[in-house]
Amino acid sequence: MTTQDMTQASVLPARRRGGRLRAALPYLLSLPSLLVTIGILIPFGTAVYYSLQRYNLAFPFTRGFIGLDNYAQFLADPAFWNTVRVSLLYTLLTVGVELLLGLAMALLLQRRTAVNNLLSVLLILPLMTAPAIAALMWKLMTNPNFGVLSYLVGLAGFTDFRWASAPSTALLTVVLVDVWVYTPFMMILLLAGLRSLPRQPFEAAELDGVPASFVFFRITLPMLTPYIITASLFRMLDAIQQFDIIYAMTQGGPGDRLMVFQVQAYLEAFTFTNIGRSAAFLMVLWAITFALSNLFIKQWLKLRERTHHAAG
Amino acid sequence: MYEKAKDLAEAYVARRLSRRAFIDRMAKLGIGAAAARWALSEATTRALAADYDWQKHKGKTVTLLLNKHPYTDAMIADLDSFKKLTGMDVKYDVFPEDVYFDKVTAALSSRSTQYDAFMTGAYQTWQYGPAGWLVDMNEYIGQAAPNYNWNDVLPNLRASTAWSGVPGAPLGGAGAKQWALPWGFELNSVSYNKRVFDKLGMTPPENLPDMKDKAAKITKDVDGMYGIGVRGSRSWATIHPGYLSGFTNYGAHDFEMVDGKLKAAMNSAAGKQFTELWVAMIKQSGPRNWSTYTWYEVGNDLGAGASGMIFDADILGYFMNGGTKEAGNIAYSAFAAKPGAKQPTPNVWIWSLAMNNFSKQKEAAWYWMQWATSQEHDLFGARKMDFVNPVRQSVWDDETFRDRIAKSYPGYLEQYEASAPGSKIYFTPQPLFFNLTTEWAASLQKMVADEVPVDEGLDQLAESVNRQLASAGLR
Repeated sequence: MTTQDMTQASVLPARRRGGRLRAALPYLLSLPSLLVTIGILIPFGTAVYYSLQRYNLAFPFTRGFIGLDNYAQFLADPAFWNTVRVSLLYTLLTVGVELLLGLAMALLLQRRTAVNNLLSVLLILPLMTAPAIAALMWKLMTNPNFGVLSYLVGLAGFTDFRWASAPSTALLTVVLVDVWVYTPFMMILLLAGLRSLPRQPFEAAELDGVPASFVFFRITLPMLTPYIITASLFRMLDAIQQFDIIYAMTQGGPGDRLMVFQVQAYLEAFTFTNIGRSAAFLMVLWAITFALSNLFIKQWLKLRERTHHAAG
Repeated sequence: MYEKAKDLAEAYVARRLSRRAFIDRMAKLGIGAAAARWALSEATTRALAADYDWQKHKGKTVTLLLNKHPYTDAMIADLDSFKKLTGMDVKYDVFPEDVYFDKVTAALSSRSTQYDAFMTGAYQTWQYGPAGWLVDMNEYIGQAAPNYNWNDVLPNLRASTAWSGVPGAPLGGAGAKQWALPWGFELNSVSYNKRVFDKLGMTPPENLPDMKDKAAKITKDVDGMYGIGVRGSRSWATIHPGYLSGFTNYGAHDFEMVDGKLKAAMNSAAGKQFTELWVAMIKQSGPRNWSTYTWYEVGNDLGAGASGMIFDADILGYFMNGGTKEAGNIAYSAFAAKPGAKQPTPNVWIWSLAMNNFSKQKEAAWYWMQWATSQEHDLFGARKMDFVNPVRQSVWDDETFRDRIAKSYPGYLEQYEASAPGSKIYFTPQPLFFNLTTEWAASLQKMVADEVPVDEGLDQLAESVNRQLASAGLR
C-alpha cells in the first residue's frame, strides 16, 4: 500500500463521518424543539388519559377506563351547557368591549405628544395589577356598606344595586373588572399598530380632503385589521379560560350564573377531587379554544393573502 | 425560695392548688409575675416529661401545614415548650382559609411527603380518609404518654372525628378509624349587638320566626345596620353553620337510609318549612351582598356595627368582642330554631390535627400532635391565648379559664353550656360531602335571588344529589 492509498483510506471514513453528521444536523438542530414539544404533550396526553377514566381521589378503588362516558354525561347535563354558554358570553362581551375601548383609546393617543405619552404609561397601570388582586379591590369598591362605587351608583338613584351578588348584574360586574384590567392590553397593541401604519395613504387622503369617517372606515380600519385580529385572539384565548376574577369575586355564583370552564374544572379537581371529570371539562375547553383560534388564524391568513394579492 | 416556688407551680399544674391560692402564695413568697410564669412553664414541662421518653426523636424536624387561625397563633406562641420538651424542631407553612384546603388536597393527592401533619376539619376526613391519605390515629393514641388522657377530650368530638368509611355509618360507630385528633371547635349560636338590642328593647331571638322578626326590626329601625348576618358564598361553608343547625332543629336531615343505601332527604316537609323561613329572613334582613358572604364578612360586619346579630360560630362572636368597633357590646345566646324545640342542636365544626400517611417520620409527627392536643397546651391556649373552644373537659372546668371568659365575655359560658348537650355533627358522613354542600349553597343562592321557589329548589337538589350518589355507586 502506497502512502497515497493510506491517506485516502484514513480520509474516507472521516468524510463519511462528516457526511453523516451533515445529514443528521437538521435533526440535531430540531431536537430542542422536539423535546419542548414532548414536554408540552406529556401533560396534555395525561389530561386526555384522565378524561377517559372514572378517577375520583375519594374513591380510589373505583378508578378505571370508561371511554367517553365523562363526555357523554356532559351532553345530558344542563349545568355543562350553562358553563358553555356563560364562558362564550363572557368571552364575547369582554373581548368586544375591550376591543372597542382599546381602539378608541389608541386612536386618541395616536399622536406622539407629551400628554399622550404620559397617559399611555398611566393607562397601562391596571394591566400590572394581578387579576385576583383587581377582583378583591373591586369587591371592596362594590361593597354595599362602604364601597365607593356603591356610593356613587347610590347617588345616581340605584340605591339597591347589588353588583356581583345579584344574578342580573353579576356578569356585568365581572366583565367590568376584566375590562378594567385588560383594555390597556388591547390599547397597547392597537396603538403600536396605528403608529406603524404607512403615512402615505393618510397624507393623500388629507390632501384630497377626504372626510375623517371615510379615512377611518376605508383606510385605518382595513390596515389595522391584522393587529385587531391578533389582539382579539390573545384576549379571546385568555378570556375563555377566565378563572381568577370570577373565582375571587363569586366562586361561580350566584347560583350558576358565572360558572365558567376553569372555575368548574377547579372545583371538580380541588373540592370534589374528581380528576376524571375535571380533565374532561378542560379537554372540552381546549377543543373550543382550538376551534376559535383556528377561526381567527384562518381569517388572519385570508387577510394576509388578500393584502399580498393587492400588493402584487 | 426557688424550691418553694417550684413546689407551688407543680401543685398548681397537678390541680392540687387553685389559681387564686397559687397567686396568693407566690405573692406571699415575694415572687413576681415573670418569675411565677417561669416556674409554671418549668413545672408544665416536667409534668409532661414524666414517665415518657419525650426526647426519643431529638434532633428531628417535623413540618406542618396550618390554617391562619387563633388556634395556630396559640400553638406557635407555645412552640418553645415543645422544642424544649422534645429537642425537636418544627417548621410550618400557614395559609389563609380561602386557599387552605386546596393546598391540603394538592399536597395529599400528590402523595407529597413535605408535610408530616396538618390541620383539617372533620368533614374533610370523609374524603381524605377513604382515599388512604390519613393515618388512623387509634394506633398512636394507645401509645400516648401516661398523662395524655384521651378520655378527657369531649366524647362528641372524639366520635365526630372517627368514621368507618362506610357511607351513612354513624360517626364513632363500629369499626371507626380515628382520622384526626380534635383540637378546637365551634358551636353555632347567636352573637348579637347588645347595645342595639337594648336600645330597641329586644331580647335575643328565641326561635327562627322570632329571629326573622327581630332582624327585620333592626333593619327597619337602625340606620346603616342590617338585621342578621349568615354566610352565603357558593361554598360548603355556607351550609354547615347556622343553616344546618336550624335545619336539624326543625327535624330535617340531609339523607335517609333506604334499603341500606343513602337517599337525599333535604326536600322533606320539615326541610322545606325551615328553608322557606331562612330564605325569607335573608331576603328581608340579610346583607345585600349575601351571596359573597363567608365567615370573615359575617364576623367583620358584627364587629363593625354593620349587622345586629349573627347566627354562626360562637367563637366568631367571641373574636369580634375584642379589637373591633363594637368590642364589649357583643353578647351571646344559645339558639333553637324551631319554636318549642327541646334544646339547641348546633352542628359542630372541629378544627383537628391529622397525620399525613405519606410522612416519612410518623412517630415524630405523633409527638407533635400529642403535645399540641395535650391538656398542658390546651390549658396554655385557653388561659393565655384565644384558644376557644378547648376540646378537653378539664380545661372547661379550669377556674382560670372560666374566670377569664366570664369576666371578658359575659354570657359566653352560659351560651356554651346551653348549646353543648345537643351539639354534634349532623351531616351524614359520606365522601360526596363537598359536592352536596356546594350544590346546596348554589341552590340557596338561587332561592334567595328568586330564580327558583324553595320547594322546587330543594326537590331539584335532592334529585341531583341522588343522581350523583348513583353515579358514584353509593345508591
